[in-house]
Amino acid sequence: MAGIDQSKIRNFCIIAHIDHGKSTLADRIIEKTGLLTSREMQSQVLDNMELERERGITIKAQAVRIVYQAKDGEEYIFNLIDTPGHVDFNYEVSRSLAACDGAILVVDAAQGVEAQTLANVYLALDHDLDVMPVINKIDLPSAEPERVKEEIEDVIGIDAEQAPLISAKTGLHVEDVLEQIIRQIPAPKGDPEAPLQALIFDSVYDSYRGVIVFCRIKEGTIRKGTPMLMMATGATAEVVEVGYFGAGQFIPCEELSAGMVGYITASLKNVKDTRVGDTVTNAKRPCSAPLPGYKKVNPMVYCGMYPADGAKYPDLRDALEKLQLNDAALQFEPETSVALGFGFRCGFLGLLHLEIVQERLEREYNLDLVTTAPSVIYKVHKTNGEVLDLTNPTNLPDPAEIEYMEEPVVKAEIMVTSEFIGAIMDLCQERRGAYQGMEYIEEKRAVLHYHLPLNEIIYDFFDALKSRSRGYASFDYELLGYEQSELVKLDILINKEEVDALSFIVHSGTAYERGRKMCEKLKTEIPRQLFEVPIQAAIGSKIIARETVKAMRKDVLAKCYGGDISRKKKLLEKQKEGKKRMRQVGNVEIPQKAFMSVLKLDEN
Amino acid sequence: MKELELYVHIPFCVQKCAYCDFLSASAEPSKRQDYVDALIREIRGYRQAYAAYHVRTIFVGGGTPSVLTPEQIRAVFCALRESFCVDQEAEVTLEVNPGTGTREKIQAWKEAGINRLSIGLQSVRDTELRMLGRIHTYRQFLEIWDEVRSAGFRNVNVDLISGIPGQTIKSWGQTLETVTNLQPEHLSAYSLMLEKGTPFHEKYGEGKQIPDGEPTLPDEETDRLIYEETERILRAYGYTRYEISNYAKEGYQCRHNVGYWKRKDYLGIGLGASSLIGNRRFCHVSDLREYQKRVKNRRDLCEETTLLSVKDEMEEFMFLGLRMTEGIKKPDFYRAFGRTIEQIYGEVLARMERYGLLEIGDREVRLTDRGRDISNAVFAEFLLE
Repeated sequence: MAGIDQSKIRNFCIIAHIDHGKSTLADRIIEKTGLLTSREMQSQVLDNMELERERGITIKAQAVRIVYQAKDGEEYIFNLIDTPGHVDFNYEVSRSLAACDGAILVVDAAQGVEAQTLANVYLALDHDLDVMPVINKIDLPSAEPERVKEEIEDVIGIDAEQAPLISAKTGLHVEDVLEQIIRQIPAPKGDPEAPLQALIFDSVYDSYRGVIVFCRIKEGTIRKGTPMLMMATGATAEVVEVGYFGAGQFIPCEELSAGMVGYITASLKNVKDTRVGDTVTNAKRPCSAPLPGYKKVNPMVYCGMYPADGAKYPDLRDALEKLQLNDAALQFEPETSVALGFGFRCGFLGLLHLEIVQERLEREYNLDLVTTAPSVIYKVHKTNGEVLDLTNPTNLPDPAEIEYMEEPVVKAEIMVTSEFIGAIMDLCQERRGAYQGMEYIEEKRAVLHYHLPLNEIIYDFFDALKSRSRGYASFDYELLGYEQSELVKLDILINKEEVDALSFIVHSGTAYERGRKMCEKLKTEIPRQLFEVPIQAAIGSKIIARETVKAMRKDVLAKCYGGDISRKKKLLEKQKEGKKRMRQVGNVEIPQKAFMSVLKLDEN
Repeated sequence: MKELELYVHIPFCVQKCAYCDFLSASAEPSKRQDYVDALIREIRGYRQAYAAYHVRTIFVGGGTPSVLTPEQIRAVFCALRESFCVDQEAEVTLEVNPGTGTREKIQAWKEAGINRLSIGLQSVRDTELRMLGRIHTYRQFLEIWDEVRSAGFRNVNVDLISGIPGQTIKSWGQTLETVTNLQPEHLSAYSLMLEKGTPFHEKYGEGKQIPDGEPTLPDEETDRLIYEETERILRAYGYTRYEISNYAKEGYQCRHNVGYWKRKDYLGIGLGASSLIGNRRFCHVSDLREYQKRVKNRRDLCEETTLLSVKDEMEEFMFLGLRMTEGIKKPDFYRAFGRTIEQIYGEVLARMERYGLLEIGDREVRLTDRGRDISNAVFAEFLLE
């Protein structure tokens, strides 16, 4: 690969609001560049995880290198770097962007600019990327490409006059996109002879090769045998192999030099050593400073994860360890619950990340899980001056030892059509949002700015937003910081016994409401028992809400004669089996899913 | 000689009822004759295998055994008596659908040595009978009733169903009083069960919407009140509840059925019939042609055989024995298993007693009224790991 002309390389990504057609366009580009025949194409080459396809979003950043025979007769190398499409993975997005020189902005010709479109464009501009707009889905009857062009110019302030009008689905005008990439996305710069400086934008763990680092070479050259140093983590290793990304495969090469995108393997055992955003340099001839922008991503949301079958605890630990090899943002440590037994307190970037991990554990590792309500990290300032980062409500110190508490607050931007502004403002109000302002981005659409406590949006804010705007509102947020807040711990007592796994921290102003709803919800989740079961919500020793699960009234088989006995026995066994799947708290059997009920308090 | 009970299955009905999930179907006369021929061949095959047993009860059930012609009944009983050693004073029951009885048949039953009849009345209201898909009216029942009484049947059961859509405590009370005035020796009062695969389940099963104006199933509370009312009324008329759904006048408990709950050996004869012999439970094939083919070729009729472990037997001992009002006797448990009931079930017994679901004496254990209402939940507790 030596001697590739930098001017023939284009490194870019595609950014878009969810469902605006990013992955489809990526597929078409790969297809049109002739690297794969149509037959070889899976429907979405970049999204190679089963889960991602089902959710229609891209979780892990990946890259593909393709060769394009341009109309000017020259051959160009395109490195298309895929970016995760969710606010949970904002940091990973930013590192992927930093590996690019330009970005294709895909905007849906019918939907126009959305909250994530804006958020992503701003991120791209922050990284000095040249943004090249493309209007997609022009084959839709509701497509209004001219209006959307104006919107892009008005709202984002970039020139959209030349924007190709395409249908990624049918392949219409995708060639225009390829040609424009050559003209509009700048070629990389960088000196192949300078000290090595490479940006890690992703890494995956492979059981045969160890960690595979995905990187963009900014300066210098790396090849087999180069002693490399990860500047932030301090990990060192000797390069075993370098190469680039074919579609769905790794293709080894001699060296990677400034301007190129590719992978490095070395015998590294853990992705923790190769943090996204870190700078790889040559240990013997290091660069003077690391690339800017590295930060260690920290979990924002925590929850307890327990195996439904207590005997599966070691399996859960193994599975989490394996997932962590590929997911440096996932954190976990053992914890014990009176109600749920042995499990782990796990930290995630956000609720989506949590759900993805949970689904992977259940699907790929065949584990049946009980997950407790997610919690954010509260800062507990104790009277003795200590500050405690609280991730599990159960660990809240005695109120007498607490001076005050702080909770994380986010800066949120909600884009909504004017008819729903009132409804969305009501929602933000209910969720303790602080209104920061509003601007109209066009006649009928506005961006609302709010500061919202994170614990108000991790549960079901997104669903509520969608339902109150008939799906039209879109939403993006970033962490703003911590603010002092009146917080209390709400405990749930079932049959007079406190169930630790159901405790949660809540703002004192909404505690009564939450407690009441929680009791109502649990009443529907807990089946009738042999005796009456009171469900109570309490703050400290004060009961604030109560419901009762009435005792079972009728469960009887009227007939049981000679031919019924075997069948009857099977019925009883099934009944007993059903009870086994429940958690025993005191004398009460609680179904696993009841522990998640706090998540769905606003359903109706 | 060891004791044995016989069950003979007649899988034919004039028409299937809307709530029934038993193994039965309507069939033309020639098919019935083919079946009776096979049945007799099967019966004759047992002569040697069961030579060491004497038969204390016979129960001919179905389906509708009363669809059989007098000749068929005679032939079946002739075969039974030739092949088995039937006690002189054996209890011999035949199930009867009021729509299928004739004087001639009743005479044949009497002559065959049948001494107990179980008549499926279900309700005294014709609207309810129609809804249940019964083929008879209350008047037809009364005609049969008079005939069997005058033929000299002195041990007769009447089946009733409670919890029928539209039923109220009052209307059920009237049904009970109407029937008790006839003074049957035995009454079975079953709370309607919705069995999967029946038209009733289709219509009234969970989540089903009943059209406006049509009667709906009584709610759980009414259903239980109906159950309590049954016991109250029947007690006043001299009937004792001896099992969850069974009531009898003094001395008229159904010995055959009590045998099931006390885990006596029984041999099931015919299509789909179940048996318990020692620690072996087995069940015949339920496909009619397959049954006939196997009988013809003298092949094993069993479709499923289970060898019960001691644990299985203990579980059955509890969930069958507790169905009876008298409950189970602790010494019987010890005699059967060589362990005291406390050794095996001490914790469950104490817990169920604490919840008020079991009444535990020095020698016996029985369900309380409340325990009976939720007996499945209690029984499930007696399943061992």
